[in-house]
Amino acid sequence: MLTAALAIAGREFRLAVRQGFDSLLAVVFFVLACVLFPFGVGPEPAVLARIAPGIVWVAALLATLLSLDRLFQTDYDDGTLELLALAPLPLTAVVAAKVAAHWMMTAGPLLIAAPLLALLLGLAADAFPALLATLALGTPALSVIGAIGAALVLGARRAGVLLALLILPLYIPVLIFGVAAVDAAAFGLTVRPHLMLLAGLSLAAAVIGPPTTAAAIRLALR
Amino acid sequence: MHALANPSRLVRLAGTYAPWCAVATVVTLAAGLFLALIASPPDYQQGESVRIMYVHVPAAWMALFCYSCMAAASAVALIWRIPTAELAAKATAPIGACFTFLALVTGSLWGKPMWGTWWVWDARLTSVLVLFFLYLGYIALSTAFDDPARGSRAASILALVGFVNVPVIKFSVDWWNTLHQPASVVRAGGPAIDASMLAPLLVMAVAFTCYYLWVMLLRLKSEILAGKIRAIQLRRMHG
Repeated sequence: MLTAALAIAGREFRLAVRQGFDSLLAVVFFVLACVLFPFGVGPEPAVLARIAPGIVWVAALLATLLSLDRLFQTDYDDGTLELLALAPLPLTAVVAAKVAAHWMMTAGPLLIAAPLLALLLGLAADAFPALLATLALGTPALSVIGAIGAALVLGARRAGVLLALLILPLYIPVLIFGVAAVDAAAFGLTVRPHLMLLAGLSLAAAVIGPPTTAAAIRLALR
Repeated sequence: MHALANPSRLVRLAGTYAPWCAVATVVTLAAGLFLALIASPPDYQQGESVRIMYVHVPAAWMALFCYSCMAAASAVALIWRIPTAELAAKATAPIGACFTFLALVTGSLWGKPMWGTWWVWDARLTSVLVLFFLYLGYIALSTAFDDPARGSRAASILALVGFVNVPVIKFSVDWWNTLHQPASVVRAGGPAIDASMLAPLLVMAVAFTCYYLWVMLLRLKSEILAGKIRAIQLRRMHG
């Protein structure tokens, strides 16, 4: 079962690599969205440093949202998803493998770009490790919850906008604890409780997400 | 429960009970409004603006109650594959969304004189706002497919996922330090509210519940009948 799941994850990686620049669009959007803020709120360093954690987190959240349409839609369109559902591997494991691959390919570039953006926005130096830790711990929850939404809107009219409406309310807890941790670090407070809550959210999402996503995919294939 | 799975019987039951719910709504609402607006005393601190409570608190209760009903009906629909339960959940969603909106608006109107602000980003207010978006997401998803059955099944899954928000709302005032006050009616050690205010509040809550049942039964009935009309029209078109 593990070999099959790894094969599916490997297929996702190869697809991403061969599609080239497509898979980097999310991180380009992430950078662009962050860069908009100094123009929007003005280049005042104190203001930017204060709101930097929120900017980076909101942009990361929206970038993840944008990358979700690739998760199941192309496989749904060309019928691959039906074959995966018929395979001896449980659909929950297929989903888990696909989501894990999606997470590595979206969160990886975000984690590399985030410190550079935080530097541009003048985030306090003490908060950098916290920013990276929260993104690393929080983005799995974003990918897993997003997969539920991506599976639910398969075949819907105006799936992209609908996906945002379904998923963004569920992203709010991750955003709250992610930003709270970075803020705490910037003010020299303890970060641990926020990180533990974030990790808890990701773990709970990882338990609930794949079976729910598999049920939603089966519904779409009926 | 399997009796309720039969659409024709459900339409008949809804037709029988809806008028009773209507009568109960009118009677309790009249009594509740009289008690709340005329017979109950003004608050010693808040003055007359405490009367907003008699709409705000029952609306907020109904917002959670409707979502719980929706999630329960969705679970029944998914587990036992009963399409009429899906229709009940679908009929509940717009009513719940309206109650949530009412709770948010009355809360805002009450917050301005009491807290000095229309809105604060505290845990209770934010989580209720999220609940409102969950209702909107449910309604949008259930109507987003050309096949109505596919839409309501997908929306059922979403309703169950969104149910995690309900305990968060209920306990948000205990878990975080919020400007919103903690529960004062349903709590350990009895209600911390005077009987002269508790009575109108409870009567209003009964009135809101009756109203929900009434409108839900009407919507359920018309939803089933609309489905039948659609089926007849399709059959005619295909000869």
